Amino acid sequence: MSAEDLNLPGVEVPPEIRQQVTLTTLDRIYNWSRRNSVWPLMSGLACCAIEMICTAASRYDFSRFGMEVMRPSPRQADMMIVSGTVTKKMIPTIVRLYNQMAEPKYVIAMGACASGGGPFKEGYNVVSGVDKFIPVDVYIPGCPPTPQSLLNGLIALQKKIDDESLKNVRWYQKGPGEEIPVPVLGPDLMDMRKFAQIKAALARPEPGSEADLTS
Amino acid sequence: MSEQLIAPAAELVNRFESWVKPDTRPGYQGTIIDLEHLVEFARVARDEFSYDYLSSVTGVDYFPEDKMEVVYHAYKMTGGPALIFKAQTSRTDSVVPSLVSIYPGAEFQEREAWDLLGIRFSGHPDLRRILMWEGFAGHPLRKDWKEAYFEEEVKPFKNRWPDGHAVRSEDKNPYGDNVAYPSDFDPDNWVTDADRSLYDLLKKIQQEGDGMKTDRIIVNMGPQHPSTHGVFRMVVVLEGETVVELKPVMGYLHRNHEKIGERNTYLQNIPFTDRLDYISSMSNNFGYVLAVEKLMNIKPPERADYLRVMMAELTRISSHIMSTGFLLNDLGAYFTPALYALEERELILDIFEAVSGSRMMCNYFRFGGVARDLPEGILEKVRELAFDRLPRKIEELDAYLTENEILRTRCEGVGILTAEQATAFSTSGPTLRASGVPYDIRRADPYSIYDRLDFDVVTGTKGDVYDRYLVRIEEMRQSCNILRQVVRDIPGGLIQTGKPVYQVRVPAGESYGRVEGPKGELGYYILSNGKPNPVRYHVRAPSFINLTSLAEMCRGGKVADAVVILGAMDIVLGEVDR
Repeated sequence: MSAEDLNLPGVEVPPEIRQQVTLTTLDRIYNWSRRNSVWPLMSGLACCAIEMICTAASRYDFSRFGMEVMRPSPRQADMMIVSGTVTKKMIPTIVRLYNQMAEPKYVIAMGACASGGGPFKEGYNVVSGVDKFIPVDVYIPGCPPTPQSLLNGLIALQKKIDDESLKNVRWYQKGPGEEIPVPVLGPDLMDMRKFAQIKAALARPEPGSEADLTS
Repeated sequence: MSEQLIAPAAELVNRFESWVKPDTRPGYQGTIIDLEHLVEFARVARDEFSYDYLSSVTGVDYFPEDKMEVVYHAYKMTGGPALIFKAQTSRTDSVVPSLVSIYPGAEFQEREAWDLLGIRFSGHPDLRRILMWEGFAGHPLRKDWKEAYFEEEVKPFKNRWPDGHAVRSEDKNPYGDNVAYPSDFDPDNWVTDADRSLYDLLKKIQQEGDGMKTDRIIVNMGPQHPSTHGVFRMVVVLEGETVVELKPVMGYLHRNHEKIGERNTYLQNIPFTDRLDYISSMSNNFGYVLAVEKLMNIKPPERADYLRVMMAELTRISSHIMSTGFLLNDLGAYFTPALYALEERELILDIFEAVSGSRMMCNYFRFGGVARDLPEGILEKVRELAFDRLPRKIEELDAYLTENEILRTRCEGVGILTAEQATAFSTSGPTLRASGVPYDIRRADPYSIYDRLDFDVVTGTKGDVYDRYLVRIEEMRQSCNILRQVVRDIPGGLIQTGKPVYQVRVPAGESYGRVEGPKGELGYYILSNGKPNPVRYHVRAPSFINLTSLAEMCRGGKVADAVVILGAMDIVLGEVDR
């Protein structure tokens, strides 16, 4: 993004000082710097992770968007690319990683599995999309998405950042940030936010005896 | 086929005729052994008949019959067909003696059968769940176990049919999610057990130790760790920096291939095999179609065979080059060698994209052929790669890396596995060959056109990380060599036997198809009852079984070496966890 884009539209800066002076808003400069240094969390789950690596490699090279600094630690990352099938055994770790990331933080659901379970949706150990647990900013279709579509998703995220305002982004609101309760591995995966519902369903003395499926 | 398989085992079978019965069900092979003599049979097979390599252990559920079967495929390291033997037990109280004492390579496979089918192996040293977590309700591969999103027994599902209207699975589930709980589950008093038994085990090791009192610490590496190549977890007990004990924990990418595969039709499984070892989808297709073709008793036309081998060898190069690059990553040469490797891989992926339409998930093989012929100009591209570009780049990698002092000091003498150990742990692929065992299925049990091609089986001498690296480099050269022959000799003609059909007819019976994938022996056990869906679909994943030897290699080494050993083993988590 050049200085022209940073400049507030409609404001004329005299040509002789254009290289030194820019008139802009706080939102605009904040978003401008944020969008160009989104550091992804270095975490690959499945097949999509390989395409993510290819996107990072020389042919596609997402460092062109300021995203090449992959951080293995969630404390230093701004964005989590959920690259692959999210399983029930893995989701507690993913939620924990998300909770550990410092705000502002973004999540990209890369590929069919992370977006909604994909070809493995019916599997007994598969979570139907990571958005069942953590908020997702951009969904990228594909199985796996090609590097081009991952880049497109990253650009979509940049556009989303462009439209943010300091007044209403969630990390500048009053009160502590929302922490997502880590799901528990019970006889099946337990989403702690649905604990009351699970308990009620199990307590009901239903004739079907097994508290699953039947209506 | 069947007489060929039974012949070498005849002597062995005759010796125990009282409690060894040939399996006479139509389409089946091998022999059924009485449970109490199973261990003895295995010992004689290994020690006196040199079936020293237990390739695969498969549990099969014969619901609604009250019968569970465990199928063993053992091979001789000198090559030749399999010794297939089976043990049968009841479904209600499934106990089979463990063969870990004879074949240590059975350890993880038996744990898997316990986890997914509920077959208890008596005498197993560490029978915990392996893919699911401890405390999970039920054994999911049992035929009467239904997943939360269960729709129908087999595909194609009715509501997916043209004028049916699809309903989201979530809307049919009371929790709106892919979960189901047993009725006796008391959520208030649940204590999660997922890791407790593992830690109990390791705490015992932590507290032992001889002489001077030193602190041993338990460290978790993974499932989110840059060194583990995906969602793999190693739990290590450390004394200082030395690894005292290491336990691999897997299942973080368990995507239920086998349960889904048993609901799918035969053809629907091909794209799922792509996603097993997602770096080498073409080889995965290869093993699966071979297994089904064995049952259907068809052969692909000549040109299709050449195309298959061409794709399989390109896959091997791309997998090996990537593994070499990422081994260097693990050694600390952060991403630079990997970039060189990925550059070549992209060229190979271009070819895959041209022939199949997809870079990674090729879905290219069909029963009795391949999906499409080569588009115009692709053969020239392959020729250019095989004769010029790839050999040149392999030499370049070799020149930069092989004599590099840092690489040599980090890799030589690290993670040694002797030939005997490598065989006993059922390792395969470069890990096995680096230990000096010249076992390559392309030679030992040739399939497709490999018996006509000229190539060397590459072996190492010391069985350390450096040898594994060297074997991969040399195997890439051999693959280029094979590619050159294929490009030279490829005939014209059809690429598919008969008309392509969606619903293939597979006669009843069992078959085990195996190929030498880039990671090792990739086997598929298919059991058919003549209907459109397989009754049992089991994948013998090389990465998974190679991991059995990980603890042995890491014990006594430094924790930094554990990372390198894992890198040199070249696992892919899609295949480990399936």
